[in-house]
Amino acid sequence: MIFDYETLKLVWWLIIGILLIGFAITDGMNMGIAMLLRAVGKTDSERRTVINTIAAHWEGNQVWFVTAGGALFAAWPMVYAAAFSGFYFAMLLVLFALFFRPLAFDYRSKIESPRWRNNWDWALLFGSAIPALVFGVAFGNLFLGVPFNIDNLLRASYQGSFFGLLNPFGLLAGLISITMMVGHAGMWLQLRTAHDVAKRSGQFGRYALIACMALFAVAGIWVSNMDGYQIVSMPDTQGYANPIAKVVTTAPGAWLDNYTAMPLTIIFPSLAFVMAALAVLFSKMGKPALGLVSSSLMLVGVIMTAGASLFPFIMPSSNNPNVSLTMWDAVSSHMTLNVLFIVVVILVPIILFYTTWCYVKMWRKVTVEEIENNPHGSY
Amino acid sequence: MIDEAFVDLSRLQFAITALFHFLFVPLTLGMTWILVIMESVYVMTGREIYRDMTKFWGKLFGINFAVGVATGLTMEFEFGTNWSYYSHYVGDVFGAPLAIEGLMAFFLESTFVGMFFLGWDRLSRRQHLGATFLMAVGTNLSALWILIANGWMQNPVGAEFNYQTMRMEMTSFAELVFNPVAQVKFIHTVSAGYVAASMFVLGISSYYILKGRDISFAKRSFSVACGFGLASVLCVILLGDESGYEVGEVQKVKLAAIEAEWHTEEAPAAFTLFGFPDSEKQVTHAAIKIPYAMGIIATRSLDEQVTGINDLEIKHEKRIRNGMLAYEYLDKLRNGQDTPENVAIFDTLKDDLGYGLLLKRYTPNVVDATEAQIKQAVKDSFPKVGPMFWSFRIMVACGMIMLVIFVLSFYYNAHRVIEQKRWLLWAAVFSIPLPWIAIEFGWVVAEYGRQPWAISEILPTFLATSSLTTNDLLISIAGFIIFYTGLAIVEGWLMLRFVKQGPSSLHTNKYHFEKINQPSKDEQGAHS
Repeated sequence: MIFDYETLKLVWWLIIGILLIGFAITDGMNMGIAMLLRAVGKTDSERRTVINTIAAHWEGNQVWFVTAGGALFAAWPMVYAAAFSGFYFAMLLVLFALFFRPLAFDYRSKIESPRWRNNWDWALLFGSAIPALVFGVAFGNLFLGVPFNIDNLLRASYQGSFFGLLNPFGLLAGLISITMMVGHAGMWLQLRTAHDVAKRSGQFGRYALIACMALFAVAGIWVSNMDGYQIVSMPDTQGYANPIAKVVTTAPGAWLDNYTAMPLTIIFPSLAFVMAALAVLFSKMGKPALGLVSSSLMLVGVIMTAGASLFPFIMPSSNNPNVSLTMWDAVSSHMTLNVLFIVVVILVPIILFYTTWCYVKMWRKVTVEEIENNPHGSY
Repeated sequence: MIDEAFVDLSRLQFAITALFHFLFVPLTLGMTWILVIMESVYVMTGREIYRDMTKFWGKLFGINFAVGVATGLTMEFEFGTNWSYYSHYVGDVFGAPLAIEGLMAFFLESTFVGMFFLGWDRLSRRQHLGATFLMAVGTNLSALWILIANGWMQNPVGAEFNYQTMRMEMTSFAELVFNPVAQVKFIHTVSAGYVAASMFVLGISSYYILKGRDISFAKRSFSVACGFGLASVLCVILLGDESGYEVGEVQKVKLAAIEAEWHTEEAPAAFTLFGFPDSEKQVTHAAIKIPYAMGIIATRSLDEQVTGINDLEIKHEKRIRNGMLAYEYLDKLRNGQDTPENVAIFDTLKDDLGYGLLLKRYTPNVVDATEAQIKQAVKDSFPKVGPMFWSFRIMVACGMIMLVIFVLSFYYNAHRVIEQKRWLLWAAVFSIPLPWIAIEFGWVVAEYGRQPWAISEILPTFLATSSLTTNDLLISIAGFIIFYTGLAIVEGWLMLRFVKQGPSSLHTNKYHFEKINQPSKDEQGAHS
């Protein structure tokens, strides 16, 4: 074993965070692009330029999402079990929405009928907006606590309803999720397209980023006043992972405790605000490459802010706070975490290497002229 | 108490989504290699027709791949949504290959599939071939890891129950990876996928030859398909899944059910070619038997026995009684009486805990089960013989027909007379569905044959579910049926449209519809 159990648990909290960030930066961008498609592309050729900036990459990007799911199963099985079955209809909604994307990307340009293409444009829009919204809503609900319980044989049961998730704070988080993806996608499109499409993309992107930060600030004030969860006592973090052996209470404003206990964490919300502002600025100055880097770092800031506020909680239980799932006790065994950590250390650099190679090879500004000169060579 | 309707609906939903997903997987597994072969010839010879072949078959591959990806998402999340207790109980072991599948296989496959479709103008020939190759490797690696996960459900090695975490935990990653059941399943499944893709290309090429369209394109495709298909179908049959039945109790149960082997016979056992299994009386009516064949297929020897259901029942009853004791001690350990003595006793019993859990169907406390309930649990520990018996025979029959078609295609193709054998070409066209029938029934044998277990001898299926309601499942099943029907219609329609157009859909102005006629209204519309 490379690390002791406690350290490895922390490492895995970070790895899951990195996978979520990878998902937001790549697949979140796909979703943002799909949401912007109809707004920034007025003609079919313009829309095809938008789609073709990610035509060769959306598939690989989506794997961040799939892998995050697999990693959750392997590293935090109790979270995977409780969250996915608890959020049953939300998960199904996401799944059904996601069915549209592979087909829309691949099938849209295969038939040259305006109605066919128009329908797939809508499919792309809903197939992306719904998951983006639901992910945000789910995250928001983690802050409020999720109504579930776990019995002595560790069977989790959910006692809420689907519509219970759609509360004001959840929806606010959902809007943050949508606007951050759209803003990020705007930066990408401004960089990779030309002329009118690029101009419109930058504009929509900037609006979205500004809206995102306003909503993010509101959420911050909201969180500082809501009841947060605190661990009163728990078993040794080096011991067996047992999610039902601790004592947890709630207290107003407790979600901000980590920022006083570890002042360095203030870096994350600051990063979100500063980078969003820089992205807007760079985009306005006509430096979309720097805008894209900034919006990516903003995503890091937003996601890490959520993670650091909740830490060490992953999914607090509002019905029975003592069975709340934390990154200390909802995890896999020491051996499994260790094996998977080695796998991650070996494979992630390789993945980043060939992914970068592909992006470099496909790098260009996609223009309306290119699409119209080679109508059969692209999506 | 266990709600049987709820459990059945959970199983039904998983079966529908998994079987539907696996309509698209085999073509992906095999087609990637066929594309590698075609493109390799192009890179080596520089003849453009091979590039066109790669592009055209690649187009059909892409239409199929999109639905495979979409429906694959369901599989990734359905364990959590619908098999929540399963996910907790075995996630420590079962989750690992799934996570590795994402990292090692999906990223590779999905990154390079984009390069395959859109990198033609931006990569050198060699680079593009490299991308195609890596896409094929990624696709097949994903089969490897998912079958390691599935193999573990059939033969759970390298793991141990931990009463403190109330779940199975990994003890040896190497045992998990090198599980013999997983290894034979991998070979069997991927080569079945190669057969499916070969049959697909063979059948469609035959259609073009019969129609006299794009003959040189079709004959070259036919040659690739019959060669690759023959090798693959031999691989499926000779290295069949059967060798895995030597391992593990549940695999033996499966074998006995497939063969309707009610009583252990003297070695070498006969193979029942045909008959009507009767579970009540434990006999097979009107059985036609081939002497020795079963013993050879199942044990690869003439002196080993195939254990009959009767003998297995005796064994299972003993283990169920042991399992009741194991459950009694588990209860003690989880309720504060975890003294070293109790832990030691539990350790000697825990291998049979799963058999004890079978009784949860009748009594939540397990330990107070009556004799009648124990008897019933013994009966439960076998899958129904009828469906197993028939599914296996349908699968084998399809395999045999395909073997004949590939042998003849290969032979006549080698003698360059395939164009005259129109009956064979028609047979190839109509055989296109056969590999899919064989594969789906193969999965029924593998997974239905695992019942009543979700994880062999460890976790009964009825305990593995989520805490949802029957209504939740009715809604979700209806949703899946509606969505999947829609996907199938769109996919099938698009596939047929491109098959009909053939290589003319590439817009190179070299093929049938563009050469002979002016482009008709229908052809103008189709491209990408």
